[in-house]
Amino acid sequence: MLHQIEGAQAIAHAVAMCRPKVVCAYPITPQTHIVEKLGEMVHAGEVENCAFINVESEMAALSVAIGSQASGVRSYTATSSQGLLYMMEAVYNASGMQLPIVMTLGNRTIGAPLNIWNDHSDAMSARDAGWLMLFAETNQEALDLHIQAFKIAETVGCPVMVCVDGFILTHAYEGVDLPTQDAVDEFLPPYNPDVRLDISNPCAMGMMVSPEYFTEVKYLAHLRQQNALKIIDQTAKQFAQKFGRESGGLVRYYGDPNADTVIVAMGSVIGTVKDVIDELNAAGGKFAILTIVSYRPLPVEEIRAALSNAKRVIVLEKAFALGRGGVLAQEVELALMPFSGEFLSVIAGIGGRPITRTLLRQFFTQETYPEKTTFLGLNHKVVDIMSRME
Amino acid sequence: MSLTVGDRLNKAEEAVQARVKRHNSLTSGHRACQGCGEALAARCALDAAYNATGGKIVVVNATGCLEVFTTPYPDNAWGVPWLHSLFGNAPAVATGAAAAFAARGDHEMRVIAQGGDGGTTDIGMGCLSGMFERNDDVLYICYNNEAYMNTGVQRSSSTPALSRTATTFPIKQYMGNDPMSGKCVPKIAMAHGIPYVATATIGDIRDFERKVVKAIHMRGARYIEVYSPCPLGWGSQPCDTVRLARLVVRCGLYPLFEAENGKISSVTKIENLIPVEDYLRPQKRFAHLFGKNADPEHIKVIQKIADANIEEYNLTGGC
Repeated sequence: MLHQIEGAQAIAHAVAMCRPKVVCAYPITPQTHIVEKLGEMVHAGEVENCAFINVESEMAALSVAIGSQASGVRSYTATSSQGLLYMMEAVYNASGMQLPIVMTLGNRTIGAPLNIWNDHSDAMSARDAGWLMLFAETNQEALDLHIQAFKIAETVGCPVMVCVDGFILTHAYEGVDLPTQDAVDEFLPPYNPDVRLDISNPCAMGMMVSPEYFTEVKYLAHLRQQNALKIIDQTAKQFAQKFGRESGGLVRYYGDPNADTVIVAMGSVIGTVKDVIDELNAAGGKFAILTIVSYRPLPVEEIRAALSNAKRVIVLEKAFALGRGGVLAQEVELALMPFSGEFLSVIAGIGGRPITRTLLRQFFTQETYPEKTTFLGLNHKVVDIMSRME
Repeated sequence: MSLTVGDRLNKAEEAVQARVKRHNSLTSGHRACQGCGEALAARCALDAAYNATGGKIVVVNATGCLEVFTTPYPDNAWGVPWLHSLFGNAPAVATGAAAAFAARGDHEMRVIAQGGDGGTTDIGMGCLSGMFERNDDVLYICYNNEAYMNTGVQRSSSTPALSRTATTFPIKQYMGNDPMSGKCVPKIAMAHGIPYVATATIGDIRDFERKVVKAIHMRGARYIEVYSPCPLGWGSQPCDTVRLARLVVRCGLYPLFEAENGKISSVTKIENLIPVEDYLRPQKRFAHLFGKNADPEHIKVIQKIADANIEEYNLTGGC
């Protein structure tokens, strides 16, 4: 049955149905509604044996989750933007210790200048932190990915960050299908890790590793991430079987199977791109979109298979590396090498700037592209005024 | 009676450390320096807690010497479940562990968090205060050696007046750590109104053990700061570690007290008061206060701190 609820609430319901034992909350826009709703549910006794802990910072939020997960219970927290940066030391620590924490990242840009709106700069800051990173396209997928995330995390032995576009998804009311608790229980078995803080089997966790072992530790972590490609794919298939809908996985292809132009993107912008592609293809165009759901690990083989026959690849992303350009673009370009077609990078939707169908249509149908990297909708008048002020 | 072993003929008075069958929570063979006060304090604290709880303890450790010298992979010197996460988050990690055991229905388990003064009074202060104000069920033990020893003896907010560290190195124009700086974390802990706060030293093992046992049986947030000399950082002889821990109390620079629910509940009186000079002189970190060019006024500055403690805590007067 479809429920007309806010994205944040859909996520909270999904997390609650996964029966976490510890939920840590610290406010930062735009993820806050998720933990607010979870607090309400925990305090009402709707989540069994669960502690809801209001902490004093994001550093503490993830650190509490590290302590509880290491003590053998399913743990969850959520953050955004500056909050992710503030907890970054613990982000690396959680993955280094192979703790399968699930965290929602309500995607928001990073200041200065201060800006609370959506883009993917925060996620990109954590791209090398050793977490699995999944991007949701819709509120339904955000809900579904959280249920899958706990299973993936616990199977792989690695934390999962579920990236959900701030405001565009977190604050949007959409019809979502809430699965039954029984179905979630059948899909996600109880969490019983072999290694935890346990007096019957005392062990030391978080030891110091010197140069003679460090490379091996990191290499094994890399292999686990490579192996996660299979687990993420498998989990999406199991999910589809159990819940009767496609969600998650590694990548999704939509549009003309023999497209000349393939757009690559992540997150909620996919919906807008699909609409534009539908229009263009109806008018005789040959367009498609490749959605990357799993950004970490990056499914290089799947990306290559989907793009290698395209005449033009356009990577559309909501983040970029100052002084270099698109981040996802670099990774996709590297995955495609050698690529004989045209390769374009589009930076769009930074700091909450709307990505409209008009802007996309204009860009996708341009005759030629003078620049390899384009800032979509860049207002040159404003640039001129600001540069004169500097 | 010995401050270390107690009365061996009276089992009730005997220190846990004096027992042949102590658990050795921190076992021998670790890589601490000779005369390390922190290693001694950690073993005493955890053995006492282990003994008092029948072994139902888990330990969360902040980054620092104690973590580094005990767990160089694949060696592990801990005889208890032990977790190290980061430098500044041990109180929060311990909060998570306590919440997890409660959620598992394991209400007998006790969580101990431990760290040095840098990890506790500086970088860990935010998480520590959070753990205190929520009254999370954690006993936090700070092994105070008055500087960042693991990184090479830099100043912390626990470094004493006019002390030499690598970042407060005395020169002609500068006499060492600013006497007006620093903070009293036991008092900050008390201001949170938590059930138990205590100071202790490794110069009086039985007093320290008693405080640990008292704290481990309580619930909620508890804080013990134990003065733990560092021969390497202080330029003191390894054989003087325990002696310095006694002299610091006798001169009034380190008041020993307990506080319950924000109020002082006991103070250890000084039996044979000594001038601070007797405590400072054996340590190279204060050597610049002595030499032939030294200004006697500087010793007076430190003596004033001790005198203020003696007055504030009534360390020499009757009850």
